[in-house]
Amino acid sequence: MGEPVIELVSLTKRFGDNAVLNGVSLAFGKGEITTIIGKSGVGKSVLLKHIAGLIRPDAGQVLFKGQDISRLGKTARKELRQKVAYVFQNAALLDSLTIFDNVALPLVENLRLSKKEIREKVRARLGQLDISEIGDRFPSQISGGMKKRVALARALVTDPETVLFDEPTTGLDPVRKSAVHSMISDYQRRFGFTGIIVSHEIPDVFFISQHIAMLHDGTIHFYGPPGEIENSEDPVVRDFLHGIEPRQDAITGAESGAQIRRRFGREASRPEEDPSVFSIVLFTLENMDDVSRRAGHMASQTIVRNFALELKRHMGAHDTFSRYGMNKILALLPGTGKARAEKLCERLAREMDGNPLAQDKTCPGVVFSVTAGIAEARQGDSFGNALREAESQTGTLYTFKVC
Amino acid sequence: MDSPRANLTAPVRSLGEGTLEFVRAWGRASIFFARGFWAILATRPQPLKFLFHLHFIGAKSLFVILLTGLFTGMVLGLQGYYALAQVGSEDRIGTIVSLSLIRELGPVLAAIMVTARAGSAMAAEIGIMRISEQIDALKTMNIDPVRFLFTPRLLASILAFPLLTAIFDMVGILGGCLTGSVLMGDNSSKYFYAVEYSTGMDDVLGGFYKALVFGAVVSTICCFQGFYVHLRKDGFGAKGVSSATTSAVVLTCVMILVADYILTSFLM
Repeated sequence: MGEPVIELVSLTKRFGDNAVLNGVSLAFGKGEITTIIGKSGVGKSVLLKHIAGLIRPDAGQVLFKGQDISRLGKTARKELRQKVAYVFQNAALLDSLTIFDNVALPLVENLRLSKKEIREKVRARLGQLDISEIGDRFPSQISGGMKKRVALARALVTDPETVLFDEPTTGLDPVRKSAVHSMISDYQRRFGFTGIIVSHEIPDVFFISQHIAMLHDGTIHFYGPPGEIENSEDPVVRDFLHGIEPRQDAITGAESGAQIRRRFGREASRPEEDPSVFSIVLFTLENMDDVSRRAGHMASQTIVRNFALELKRHMGAHDTFSRYGMNKILALLPGTGKARAEKLCERLAREMDGNPLAQDKTCPGVVFSVTAGIAEARQGDSFGNALREAESQTGTLYTFKVC
Repeated sequence: MDSPRANLTAPVRSLGEGTLEFVRAWGRASIFFARGFWAILATRPQPLKFLFHLHFIGAKSLFVILLTGLFTGMVLGLQGYYALAQVGSEDRIGTIVSLSLIRELGPVLAAIMVTARAGSAMAAEIGIMRISEQIDALKTMNIDPVRFLFTPRLLASILAFPLLTAIFDMVGILGGCLTGSVLMGDNSSKYFYAVEYSTGMDDVLGGFYKALVFGAVVSTICCFQGFYVHLRKDGFGAKGVSSATTSAVVLTCVMILVADYILTSFLM
């Protein structure tokens, strides 16, 4: 973990007889995205509200860069708070103000900027989030997805160092959910803020997070990188993930990452008398950040979905695939050696050449490419090794230039 | 089943809890008022928000104030004439109407009418902002919600109430003239002579002070009820907002009358 920006030290909070947080200690590294997961009602939002200063703890401390907020003077606390932004679950836009005024509000109230400077800053943020055209509308006149984007624009307009997201994708359709995740990840890389997300969207949030913290029974039950939690043998973690992880990815219709790992395990543990090679192919959709910036995050996620549908059309009855990152798809081809896998990729590349995966209306003139890394596996091979091999097989990469 | 001891102590406990809740609520309301008032003196002015609320509380209440002022004066004129005719002092009708209106009825009735029109709207609007996390959003943006929401309304009320009361008084006096003098076939100059002769600056200032205080009372109680709607025990969400709005109107009307009595006893 990078240098910690925010630290929670033995945070305790009770509501009546219910101890929601019971000595939570957790640190959030600078410039990283940490996702807090856990069952409903376990206290994830309460934890986030402690960081935002909306709730005071019964005991324990919230430290910003090593300073206890409760011990700071009013001015210092105000300065510190200006560095933290909060994106609410329901967007919490001021419904009597226009979208433009909502985004401008933190600038107008907190910074002594000229009207021109405020107008320029707000227009820039609205433009970056593809909502320039709705500046003069009111929150009740726009869709849920747009409200989320406005909330994000309002949070980012002051260039905060830390952004807190409380279930940012609740109530959105699958493509929009994925677009919001892609947007958070994209903006985090662009602006470099520290992101703390409370979410139920597993495994999607694993694709964009550097760390996962699981809250259980008032304490942090698990903390680590996404890969670690997915492979965790802890029964509480397993039960939670098993209960919440969907069998199919909502966008691509593909199997979940956990299922494809299990399938790999079955293939790799076939009996000696039934030996069989099999392959995995890791497809990576390149230039997606560029696509998102030029044509919007919805367009990039539509491309991922359309590519997955095309891939499915070319696969055999026993083949399977899974989404393995925001822009990555992992295919498992049983009984298929590397040579046949390469042929499949060639055929796919040939037939997809010139195929308009991106609809013209959504992203005119966008050019992107898909790369494929192939790894052959046999009995006894580990999933991790095969995946690393696929990632490093630059010699067998196919680049499909698809417009 | 509760033990006999618990049954015996239940009324005392309930009384104690009620008293504590009462003290807590009034303490919270006092701090709320102090924070809002302090923001008028010590923080950056909010002229646009102030003008907006002045328009909403003042200008938009004008019609209802004109209507109620006129009819209150007309009723006073009729009733006053009837009563004074019994003792042959009909020429003092101007005195009765003007003093009743300027010292008492003008500030009180104007305040109650504005409570019904603008006070309920303040409670409902701020209450909805609370339950939809808009107030939390203000806090996370480092904006003091008391200053942002309450201070402009408080300042606008303090300025609008005396003006509305003055209009109420003036229209009421004209209404009184209409029914107590003109319709009765009397000379209106006698009416206005009585008004001028019997009304002193102390009476006008008394009514003015009352209107100032009522302005602060109405905006504080109505905004407070909406602002702390999430702490109510008689309902959450939309139901909480509805009961907060009802409480705001009822409590404000009661507090106007209580404050009126206290002020009258000091100003007499």
